[in-house]
Amino acid sequence: MAGLELLSDQGYRLDGRKATELRKVQARTSVFAQADGSAYLEQGNTKALAVVYGPHETRGSRSKSLHDRAVINCQFSMATFSTAERKRRPHGDRKSSEMSLHLKQTFEAAVLTELYPRSQIDIYVKILQADGGNYSACVNAATLALVDAGIPMRDYVCACTAGFVEDTPLADLCHAEESGGGTSLALALLPRSGNIALLQMDARLHQDHLDALIEAAMTACKGLSKVLDDVVRQHLEEVSVLTRD
Amino acid sequence: MLKSKTFVKKTRAGGVLKIVREHYLRDDIWCGSEVCKECKDEAPVLQEDACIESNLCSYPHYLIPDTNVLLHQIDILEHTLIRNVIILQTVLQEVRHRSAPVYKRIKDAIHEKEKHFYTFTNEHHRETFIEREPGESANDRNDRAIRVAAKWYADHLTKNTNGGSLKVVLLTDDRANKEKAEQYGLTVYRCEEYIKSLIGNPELVDRLALKPDDQNEIIGSKLLFPEHLPLSRIQSGIKNGGLLQGTFHANRDNYLEGTVFINREGEDINEVLLQGLQNLNRAVHQDVVAVELFPKERWVAPSSVVLQDDSPNDEDAEEDETENKLKGVPPDSSVLKPTGRVVGVIKRNWRPYCGMLSQSMIKEATRHLFTPADRRIPRIRIETRQAANLAGQRIMVAIDGWPKNSRYPNGHFVKNLGTAGDKETETEVLLLEHDVPHLPFSPAVLSFLPKMPWSITEEDMKVRADLRHLCVCSVDPPGCTDIDDALHCRELENGNLEVGVHIADVSHFIRPGNALDQEAASRGTTVYLCGKRIDMVPELLSSNLCSLRSNVERLAFSCIWEMNHNAEIIKTRFTKSVINSKASLTYAEAQMKIDDTTMNDDITKSLRGLNRLAKILKGRRTEKGALTLSSPEVRFHIDSETHDPIDLQTKELKETNSMVEEFMLLANISVAQKIYDEFSECALLRKHPSPPPSNYDILIKAAKSKDLDIHTDSAKALADSLNNATVRNFPYFNTLLRILATRCMMQAVYFCSGMDSDFHHYGLASPIYTHFTSPIRRYADIIVHRLLAVAINADSTYPELMDKHKQSSLCNNLNYRHKMAQYAQRASVAFHTQLFFKNKGIINEEGFILFVRKNAIIILIPKFGMEGTVFFENKDKPSPRLKFDSEGPTLEVEEHTFHMFDKVKVTISVDASNIQHQRIRMALIEPVIPGVSVPVPESEPVAKKAKLDC
Ligand SMILES: [Zn+2]
Repeated sequence: MAGLELLSDQGYRLDGRKATELRKVQARTSVFAQADGSAYLEQGNTKALAVVYGPHETRGSRSKSLHDRAVINCQFSMATFSTAERKRRPHGDRKSSEMSLHLKQTFEAAVLTELYPRSQIDIYVKILQADGGNYSACVNAATLALVDAGIPMRDYVCACTAGFVEDTPLADLCHAEESGGGTSLALALLPRSGNIALLQMDARLHQDHLDALIEAAMTACKGLSKVLDDVVRQHLEEVSVLTRD
Repeated sequence: MLKSKTFVKKTRAGGVLKIVREHYLRDDIWCGSEVCKECKDEAPVLQEDACIESNLCSYPHYLIPDTNVLLHQIDILEHTLIRNVIILQTVLQEVRHRSAPVYKRIKDAIHEKEKHFYTFTNEHHRETFIEREPGESANDRNDRAIRVAAKWYADHLTKNTNGGSLKVVLLTDDRANKEKAEQYGLTVYRCEEYIKSLIGNPELVDRLALKPDDQNEIIGSKLLFPEHLPLSRIQSGIKNGGLLQGTFHANRDNYLEGTVFINREGEDINEVLLQGLQNLNRAVHQDVVAVELFPKERWVAPSSVVLQDDSPNDEDAEEDETENKLKGVPPDSSVLKPTGRVVGVIKRNWRPYCGMLSQSMIKEATRHLFTPADRRIPRIRIETRQAANLAGQRIMVAIDGWPKNSRYPNGHFVKNLGTAGDKETETEVLLLEHDVPHLPFSPAVLSFLPKMPWSITEEDMKVRADLRHLCVCSVDPPGCTDIDDALHCRELENGNLEVGVHIADVSHFIRPGNALDQEAASRGTTVYLCGKRIDMVPELLSSNLCSLRSNVERLAFSCIWEMNHNAEIIKTRFTKSVINSKASLTYAEAQMKIDDTTMNDDITKSLRGLNRLAKILKGRRTEKGALTLSSPEVRFHIDSETHDPIDLQTKELKETNSMVEEFMLLANISVAQKIYDEFSECALLRKHPSPPPSNYDILIKAAKSKDLDIHTDSAKALADSLNNATVRNFPYFNTLLRILATRCMMQAVYFCSGMDSDFHHYGLASPIYTHFTSPIRRYADIIVHRLLAVAINADSTYPELMDKHKQSSLCNNLNYRHKMAQYAQRASVAFHTQLFFKNKGIINEEGFILFVRKNAIIILIPKFGMEGTVFFENKDKPSPRLKFDSEGPTLEVEEHTFHMFDKVKVTISVDASNIQHQRIRMALIEPVIPGVSVPVPESEPVAKKAKLDC
């Protein structure tokens, strides 16, 4: 049986998007009252929940704390029901640890940690439903949660994936596209400065294609930053309406 | 952004997995029509004046075929008359799942601008997307989607043409669908109804594929074949080992027999024999089928009889006796093969077939049997009203289906190729049957050619070595226009020699990935037929810009060695260059210059140097065990590496032939080493595996019969024993032996170095080898050029070049094309040989027995370099007493015993009784065996020098 046709001759992808179009993004901040900051984000069918605590005193051993900046602690997990195949996911398996580490690196580049020496910021992210681009959804959700918690950052961190299908870069891959072969990369961008916080790619890619792919991912990230910005502003408006009287 | 679009979730349940996919609906998908004012389509495809003259629709209209019409009537849709067709995404996706070949063809049609085929992405259009209703089957849902899209078009066009006359016509052969569409207010016709209403093209009607509905009328109700199992049962059968999956190969000589090659590794059985129509169960050559194995007591031996399905074209006189024809063969228990029957077809691999019509006995009949040229394909029943016109014509026919109550598959007429026996027609048939792409290059391909007038630019000069001052010349067969190699040799100041091989720089003109490159990659090789050349690249390149003609500046890729006078390489250098050849010589001219002691110009000196070095190189190569093999096709110059005849004109080999060849081999080996060193994972190389020892059995036996030993443990041993194998008073013996040795060899193949570990080239006795020297006529060389260019930093790389899987699949295509080109070449020679003998009438000639078979001897006529068979069994004569001994091998016919290499005299004539399969017939004159041999023809024609009229 023929595999899926990822990009039709008319330029439409499996789900009807064009090559550069993103999936529909919906997000809400302050979803939990207890946490210092929280956000729920849907990027197509990928759904992520992010919760932020801190900055607070370093828990556990003192030795972990840094005298000149805050420590960022990230924990990533996936819900048992998040993928098509139901699977028990032990806490801290190799994949999750790797993802946690990537998130930590991403946010260390964005959060102004030097403002909070000897303290700690906790970011917990959970994927509730996975349909491609887990990392990007986590980053975007966590960004919103950090904003919600009022932690100062250099800029929004926006992440997006991009992949290659027959010489055309596709932005924001869904699961079918990710598993349909071809190389994909995940990129986290600080849109205003254009600095890259993290770039990750697992498979081989020819050098000639790299620039085009990064370009596509960056454009997508910039698109996302607008959406995130709108979410934050809208939330602010709602809150200010509530607190006006 | 997608904010404005609503979206619907589409759930697809399969097994236990629940897959949830997003499905976006858009409002920016245009209708694609020129007339529409609402849609903002920049380049509308569908014409305003969409006129196909029809009795049913007198207004301009667009056609919307449903899935089954597209699948079965693709031959109609491809016709130039059919234009302005809307292909719905729903239809296209269904076709994609059901038939890859049809999908490819419809995509080609969509890409063709003149066809005005438009793909409407209805599944993502906000107004045409529908959800599957509870209880609705997937098929019904798709039919409804097609109707909804058609309705949308009807309304949309009426609205936007201000009540103009433009309409859409839905074509469907499904009765229920048609009724529903009519209720829905659509213009809908059956495909047949619509095609028959067309004015001025009766030929189209013949292209109509027969539908299951109609088939009942044609055939009797008698069930002839067992039912095929449904796919689900086949799959579970294969999984639990009850059934085997494999590719069906029909037997060329016996239509009641075939073999299924099991393509799964780890099975102990890799071939299953099938005998009888019932057990073949409608499998057609190359189909992927599921077979059920019989218990051991029902296993049979392959019959060695020749059976051809030549029963008269009488519809229902189904021969029940056919099954009995096989039973007459006494089983020999030692050769019983696993036997079974086909229980289902997993994938049909039907293609359009060339052949001829056998007219029905009934004069007015419209149903006729079609006999394909390929004897492995069964006859096909077609319906046509132009039978009288098609008599004696080569035609093309496609199979539509093979119902279980029909003796033959049903098909339809595709096109007429021309009069049978006509040189043009036969060449066309030959090309089609061997899958040689031979259509003129498309405008898209031609658009990537350099613009004329072309000249070498400053830019080119900057990055290339300027070798215009060197005394370079080319040596080729006479009349050669695609010169891809040139040579030079000069003495250096330090006393060493500098030898250069300069190859046309084709990869400079053919850039990776463009249409020109893709076309060349698909063609793979230039095909040389008698008097015709099918180019791999357009003529502007092959015969002009890339051809290294004399006294013009040309771009080249040069391989330059510094050698001492012992032909030992001191230094190798590769560079892109510019050369200016001083002379284009033929082999004979070059030979003359070398031999003429009075000539002392630069070219001659260069040639003499090359010749001297070549002899040393050749000696060294032979010492290592390179084989010199023979082919009986004496008319041809034989490429020592591929054993392909590469040239039709040269009849005698000169020293200069082997001089050029020697340096080409050296260049190929040097380049192979370089690209492998640089790219160990993705170098494109060529290997020639050593044959399994059993291949040599016949050679050893044959030599034994003359009391000679042939050692085959190494190439070197073989070469030596061949050199020593001579028989007194029989000078041709050695050549015969070499011809036999050639037949024992394996095929040389291209491969990707990252996918294989055995690189050895047996015939050339070289540990590594590739093709670098003929980029004009072989695509492999273009890839090798690109690799080498990257290795020396002369060109940039691209992803596919470094991908070993992509390169491996390219190699598969190249190997396939080379094989088919070789077969086509042989078929072309055979056809021209027949023409030659047809004109001469019956002649007699001396020959040697090359092989001895059970009921025949195969004879080689050295004078014409051709082979023929003398059969001792004849349909209309009682067979003589035959006794075959496989040890000798010898064949006893009455009182005479035939051995290999016996000298015989035969008559040669052309048997034209079967116009599709004309062949050379030989009959024995000497030795005289009463009742078997024939008398010497009365008027003995004057022996003329063999010359082909091609
Ligand atoms: Zn429109």
